[in-house]
Amino acid sequence: MSQNRREFLKKAGLGALAGLGAAAGLFPAFALEQTDMSNFTDKPVPGKVRWGMLIDTRKCLGNCTECIVRCHHDHNVPDFGKSKNEVKWIWKSGYENAFPTASTQFQNPEVLERQVLTLCNHCAEPPCTKACPTEATFKRWDGIVSIDYHRCIGCRFCMAACPYGSRSFNWLDPRPNIKELSTAYPTRMRGVVEKCNFCSERLVKNELPACVESCPEKALIFGDLNKPDSEIRKLLAANETMQRKPELGTLPSVFYII
Amino acid sequence: MIEKALKGGRGYWAWVAFLLVVIGIGVTAYARQMTIGLGVTGMGRDISWGVYIAQFTFLVGVAASAVMLVLPYYLHNQKAFSKIVIVGEFLAVSAALMCMLFILADMGRPDRVLNVLLYPSPHSMVFWDVMVLNGYLFLNLISGWAVLGAERKGVAPAPWVKALIYLSIPWAFSIHTVTAFLFAGLPGRHLWLTAVLAPRFLASAFAAGTAILILITFILKKVAKFDAGPEARLKLSVLASYAGLANLFFLGTEFFTAFYSNIPAHMHSLQYLFFGLEGHAPLVPWMWFSLITGIISVGVLLSPPLRRKNGALIAACIGLVVSIWIDKGMGLVFGGFVPTPLEAIVDYMPTATEISVTLGIWAIGLLVLTMLLKTAIAVKTQE
Ligand code: SF4
Ligand code: SF4
Repeated sequence: MSQNRREFLKKAGLGALAGLGAAAGLFPAFALEQTDMSNFTDKPVPGKVRWGMLIDTRKCLGNCTECIVRCHHDHNVPDFGKSKNEVKWIWKSGYENAFPTASTQFQNPEVLERQVLTLCNHCAEPPCTKACPTEATFKRWDGIVSIDYHRCIGCRFCMAACPYGSRSFNWLDPRPNIKELSTAYPTRMRGVVEKCNFCSERLVKNELPACVESCPEKALIFGDLNKPDSEIRKLLAANETMQRKPELGTLPSVFYII
Repeated sequence: MIEKALKGGRGYWAWVAFLLVVIGIGVTAYARQMTIGLGVTGMGRDISWGVYIAQFTFLVGVAASAVMLVLPYYLHNQKAFSKIVIVGEFLAVSAALMCMLFILADMGRPDRVLNVLLYPSPHSMVFWDVMVLNGYLFLNLISGWAVLGAERKGVAPAPWVKALIYLSIPWAFSIHTVTAFLFAGLPGRHLWLTAVLAPRFLASAFAAGTAILILITFILKKVAKFDAGPEARLKLSVLASYAGLANLFFLGTEFFTAFYSNIPAHMHSLQYLFFGLEGHAPLVPWMWFSLITGIISVGVLLSPPLRRKNGALIAACIGLVVSIWIDKGMGLVFGGFVPTPLEAIVDYMPTATEISVTLGIWAIGLLVLTMLLKTAIAVKTQE
């Protein structure tokens, strides 16, 4: 569809139907991944949407691992135990490990002992994508920092660049170590980097991320940070929240209520 | 000309055979790494770079140090270096080659290495590093080879060769600066996040690389009866001493900034390396050995009567190389990962496979250097 024609359609107020997305929607059988077009009123505009997450550490139960188990199962994350070859997308860290630069002197002992969920922050200014020499890791139009497993050369620059330890490398063949194969997401090969993808494969079907859905305490809130009236934005405005290592200027899209 | 590398005595062939054996071991180890994965190394989720990247970093410095001969000879007409400029250039070629092999060995998908060129990403320092390293290798190989070829025919080298040589001078600085930028631009890795990293890289490179050049002249004198002459060595030793001094000075400024400011994140890596952190101190003896050896070696090189004595000069050069190799080829890279972004202290220990691959790559570099130098000396001595 030509640019002019698109402009015309937009101007004509047919925004909801315009754009390549709608064109693809006319032929759902040809789409590789069934797309629920009701999500998109227009062709994706970079920066218009910014997915974010708010984690209420007060609600998160100490020894519950529902979200971790669900995410790692859905995404075929291999289990190498706690070894150096470990691969993980979402996991629990001690409060001081997650927030090493937050003041912790004379901190409330209950808070200090809290286990905090840690995952990729889908930074608005991601240092990992800057370091990548092949654009294998990149920021999508909706703020999600994604990885092309077929392009990654396994140089692990992104791992050195990420100040949050969010990335894992496939030191060994992951496939034999997947406990129960899931059809929701492809498996990876040896020698590439992976991490949380904010469940982009689910968002495209208008479903919430697996971890958010699985949390029995509803401690995880997901939404568009660029939409002022979204639930997440309202909660951010109403609560005292934290981002990890805000001094680094990475602008994490994952927030925490302590 | 290269056929000249195929003529040699018993000792020469024994050396070549030895290198081939080490290469064989390295290739076998690499085959194992390729079948099983990088999991066979000591690297892991927390310490995600190890000896490969550390050797790469050290060797970029060695490659850059050719400029310590090229610059005085071509820009300042230092005739003392006329016999050994070619040694510097060929050292640069073999060091740059080793750098690339170390990068390849470190990659999870070496089969996709061309992606760096297919999807050029100027925002990534790796892209620039690949560009400048390759460029540097070819600049030195072509200019060195052309000068040698002209010398064999007894004619002056073509004018374009001079242009390449002049170009190689700023290029040498660029390769090590870009290599420092690989590290110095990463947020949250405080040992690396310092503006003094690039100057320090250059200083340590010019110290260690020049010391290696001095040692090579001694080796060539012994095994090939090719003497660069005491004057050349003396001049080099002065260069090495000042570069070594600058390196120690930069290290001192790192200590001052970290410990005087008393900012925990800035102190942690240095504490881990030199004093141990929360009971983890695997590198402490190494780092102190490196520091003390470095200070003594620079002291010897700075003293005119001492550096004139061959024995002291050799010992000081070995000391300086070992000191910087430990500092840059181990401490800097491993230490940068500790503590991890999640404040864990993880120790790294290279595996036998990893060490075999490393030695194999060194052997490839030494073999290339041996053959290039053999050719050069054959031409120069008109064998
Ligand atoms: S948390 Fe790390 S991996 Fe995720 S976007 Fe930020 S820098 Fe990249
Ligand atoms: S490991 Fe892959 S994703 Fe990470 S920087 Fe290298 S090529 Fe990019």
